[in-house]
Amino acid sequence: MRTELQRILAEAREQLANADTVEACEEIRIRLLGKKGALTEILRGMGKLSPEEKKTMGQAANSVKAEIEALLEEKLSAAKAAMQSAKLKAEKIDVTEPGKKFELGAKHPITLTIQEITNVFKAMGYSIVEGPEVETVWFNFDALNSPKNHPSRDMTDTFYFSQDKLLRTHTSPVEVRTMLAQDLPIKVVVPGRCFRSDTPDATHSPMFHQVEGLVVDEGITMADLKGTLDTFAKLMFGSDVKTKLRPSHFPFTEPSAELDVSCFKCGGKGCNVCKGSGWIEILGCGLTHPHVLQAGGIDSEKYSGFAFGMGVERVAMLKYGVEDIRLFYENDMRFIEEFK
Amino acid sequence: MLVPVKWIKDYVDIDANAEEYGDTMTMAGITLETVRYFGKETEKVVVGKIEKIEKHPDADKLVVCKVDVGAGAPIQIVTGADNIFEGAYVPVVLDGGRVPGPLHGHEKEEGGSVIKAGKLRGVESDGMLCGPQELGWDDKVAPYISKDGIWILPEAFTPGTDLVTALELDTAVVDLDVTPNRPDWLSMLAIAKETKAAYGKPIELPDTRVQEKAGSAGGPPNSIRFAQQKKPSMSDYVTIDIRDTRCRRYVARAITDIKIEQSPWWLQERLMLAGMRPINNIVDIANFVMLEYGQPMHTFDAEDIAGKKIIVDASKPGDKFTTLDGKERELPAGTLMINDGEKAVGIAGIMGGLNSEVKDTTKTIVLESANFDADTIRLSSKEMTLRTEASNRYSRGIDPNICLEAANRFCHLVEQIGAGKVVPGAIDIYPEEAKPIVCDVRVSRINKLNGINISREEMVKYLEALDMKVEDTGDPDVMRVTPPTVRLDMKEEIDYAEEIARMYGYDNIPLTLPKMNTQSTVSRSWQIRELARGIMTSLGANEIQTYSFVSPRSVDMLGLDDDTWEKNFLTLLNPLGEETSVMRTVLMPEMLEVMGRNYSRNIDKVCAFEIGNTFLPSLIDENELPSEELSMSIGTYGAGEDFFSMKGRVQTLLEMLGITGLVFTAESEYGAFHPGRCARIQVPDRGGEMMELGIMGEVHPEVAERFGIQTRAYVCELNFEYIIARADIEKAYSPLPKFPSVERDIALLVDEDVEVGSLEAIIKSAGDALIEKVELFDVYRGKQVEEGKKSLAFSIVYRDRNKTLTDDDVQKVHGNILAELKSKVNAVLREI
Repeated sequence: MRTELQRILAEAREQLANADTVEACEEIRIRLLGKKGALTEILRGMGKLSPEEKKTMGQAANSVKAEIEALLEEKLSAAKAAMQSAKLKAEKIDVTEPGKKFELGAKHPITLTIQEITNVFKAMGYSIVEGPEVETVWFNFDALNSPKNHPSRDMTDTFYFSQDKLLRTHTSPVEVRTMLAQDLPIKVVVPGRCFRSDTPDATHSPMFHQVEGLVVDEGITMADLKGTLDTFAKLMFGSDVKTKLRPSHFPFTEPSAELDVSCFKCGGKGCNVCKGSGWIEILGCGLTHPHVLQAGGIDSEKYSGFAFGMGVERVAMLKYGVEDIRLFYENDMRFIEEFK
Repeated sequence: MLVPVKWIKDYVDIDANAEEYGDTMTMAGITLETVRYFGKETEKVVVGKIEKIEKHPDADKLVVCKVDVGAGAPIQIVTGADNIFEGAYVPVVLDGGRVPGPLHGHEKEEGGSVIKAGKLRGVESDGMLCGPQELGWDDKVAPYISKDGIWILPEAFTPGTDLVTALELDTAVVDLDVTPNRPDWLSMLAIAKETKAAYGKPIELPDTRVQEKAGSAGGPPNSIRFAQQKKPSMSDYVTIDIRDTRCRRYVARAITDIKIEQSPWWLQERLMLAGMRPINNIVDIANFVMLEYGQPMHTFDAEDIAGKKIIVDASKPGDKFTTLDGKERELPAGTLMINDGEKAVGIAGIMGGLNSEVKDTTKTIVLESANFDADTIRLSSKEMTLRTEASNRYSRGIDPNICLEAANRFCHLVEQIGAGKVVPGAIDIYPEEAKPIVCDVRVSRINKLNGINISREEMVKYLEALDMKVEDTGDPDVMRVTPPTVRLDMKEEIDYAEEIARMYGYDNIPLTLPKMNTQSTVSRSWQIRELARGIMTSLGANEIQTYSFVSPRSVDMLGLDDDTWEKNFLTLLNPLGEETSVMRTVLMPEMLEVMGRNYSRNIDKVCAFEIGNTFLPSLIDENELPSEELSMSIGTYGAGEDFFSMKGRVQTLLEMLGITGLVFTAESEYGAFHPGRCARIQVPDRGGEMMELGIMGEVHPEVAERFGIQTRAYVCELNFEYIIARADIEKAYSPLPKFPSVERDIALLVDEDVEVGSLEAIIKSAGDALIEKVELFDVYRGKQVEEGKKSLAFSIVYRDRNKTLTDDDVQKVHGNILAELKSKVNAVLREI
């Protein structure tokens, strides 16, 4: 019986040496260790032996069985690994084939520009407020200290619905609306649509967008305006841009100024974007005129404020290099998709 | 405003180049737009004197000139110009010379045009005579005598002299942008005063002394005539009667012995550089003084003033008048007019009349230097659509105090160039003198507003540099300031904050930030719009932005009934055109227009959305502002797009915004849509009542056709205000289920017209609380399904959150569902 065990072990060794596949290993296992396998037969035959012999033979048989199982295990895992590796090899793909397409849409460049501008001001603690596109003459002109005979009030410049109602020509009426609606201090930006009676061409659109800003509190100064706009310009156009305030005139601010930033394309050396000057005009601004504060129900002796307003299309055109304002309202999908 | 640097240097001695000068003026508040240079790209161009003009032997329209160019024998030049004459001094381009161009009938060449000697119709031409345009001047400033021809130089320059040197042409003009609050800056003198203040240099004011030599004889005195002649006075020429208070001042002077001729070059040159055409000495002086002082001048031929009377009065209804441009114009009633004893002779402040203009034969003129109400001139000029240099200036406002000085300056120049003799005295009707607005200005307030800290002395220095008078008030903090009356803009203390800031220099103001502490907030509306844009772009849609105003026809094109609310437009009184004449009530038409435009550009797929305001007149009160409500449109066409892709986007958008319980109901009556492929979208409000959220569907083929979309297209319009109201964007946690779910699939055979929505509703209601999810996963028609029927396969997921469901539990509910389906819509269970 012992020799029989040795023979089985030898046979197992020999057969397993050539067993390369999981199937071959399995076949050997069944033949030797299965219900009708050679080793199982031997174990079954041990019933006839004396307890003494049973013990020694049992040990011998179990050790042979364990050895065969170990061998099988080793062979099986090698075969599995080989099979896996063959399978993976067969599954090789061409990774240079195109990926599956997931089409995302794009936000309109005007939306993107408004978001960018307002995000900068949000980070500086400004709230976003909005106002109606259809306005009264009082909010659009009178309350903003616009002279009664100012040409901007003409029907050649402003769209009217009646003597009293019009399409707002700027976002500034929201300044007065905010002063009337809100407690001090005020620190807001106002994005929105504006309308002027301009025939569309490459640089004019009868509808355009502005972002207005207004700060009102005790002790607000021109220096605060300068510092605020300088911070804005650096966050919006890059930390190395320089800013410059130039005297200007608006009925609703005094002193008034225009803000130039050093050209973010050429860095101030002069190029086609800045028309060789090295500077780009970005916005109009100034200290809120006392008459405007008064129209907003604010004591102009105690409080002061500053305001600024910029054209979104202009900023977008400069930033993205769009050469014709009409492209924004044609809504050609190819144009919008450029802003993905 | 074109400002010749040369002209400013007549008053203030500055040595900056044009760019530096322009930058300095920019920081003073007069923004430099561009710098234009003259005398560039000009080589071998000399002064020539035409000695002889002969006909060209072979060309009727050409002549052959012998021209003295200072170099021995005259040269021969062939030209086609017809304004030349023997003895004329003209610019000559010598062989190989260069002019800036453009050459007559050609485009401007980069770097100028080179002229070569050659034959013209067989005759040698050694160079070219040229006109002002060829030397780089704008057509509209070419001297009248040289218009469309050769430039007839106004003086006898030495032949052969380099033209640029002779005419001192190497000069520059700065184009400065004058803000509307500073009409005084529309004059060289005011710019010079600003230059003086900016550079801290003295100013030399124009000479206005007048010798008044009318009546004195020219030539050898004739003792008899001289003795008989009394000294002339103004009353011999004109009397002035102001009958309308809108004329605030009228100064008249008279000049005799007028000799109309070309002005000297220095005068012509300044006009040309400043953008005006030299005409003759009298007109040129009037324009020169207007440019110098900002005071428009008008000259009448004294012989045309009937009754020697000038009456300023309003026109009567129906009056007509022929202006000196030869046009007869209807006068709006009440137009301020200048009349003589019989008739109108000028429209005040706008344009003189053809009947009294200065002619070559004019001997005596009456000069008007007047002031008219700004609004009056602005409105008249607008109403008549007649804008002139004079009306532009009057419209913006002129200080009446300069009338007399400007008139005297005119007379001085007349004497200086020998154009006539000035009658002694002036008529000056000035009912109410313009007074400066004296203002108390607090030093502390100016410093506080500007965020600077400068002394009173420094402020006084700045104000005095601007010709303002500063007096003490006894309070060291308060300055009493009197501005010159030309400064119509200086009205109150705040105006001085700007004057002092710009004199101090905006560059010198420090950079600080407001000290307040604020939290940034955004409105819910803003927040939801931002979210919706993010969701829509993730769903592959591009955002569009279209005009708030549209054509009323765009709604007609939707094929709606005539009386629908979509046609209740808010209409503009003065639109640019019909296309943009009403405020949009819905976004759909513009979405379709955009889709049509993209289709026409061969873009094979569109998936787009817009969120924007729609407008409806206020229903409550016409005086109220209209209602502005946000709406949202979605539009698609192209491969992969159909009703259900649109519906899927709508469902996903609303689901992401936390809006649940959507009900889609078939709609066949809305004209814009395919009657069988349109759904109204409803959602229960917080009280459970169904609210209309929007409409969607396949665009009716006729409507699509009208918008130029030749494929199936899909649009949707959603009430975005309602979305904002209903959106639930708070995130909430509910524990994950502890007990397993049970899934049952059923296939139901139903009549074709039974809607999936109704089956789902039946399943949900019969299944009660145990239903976790019902999902349609297959629709089958064809083999094994009889005609007129369809097979719908649903997957139903049951779950009890409190226990594991047994087969019996499920079977009870499931059986109930099947029974309900059978009884309500005759749905038969089919084997899958």
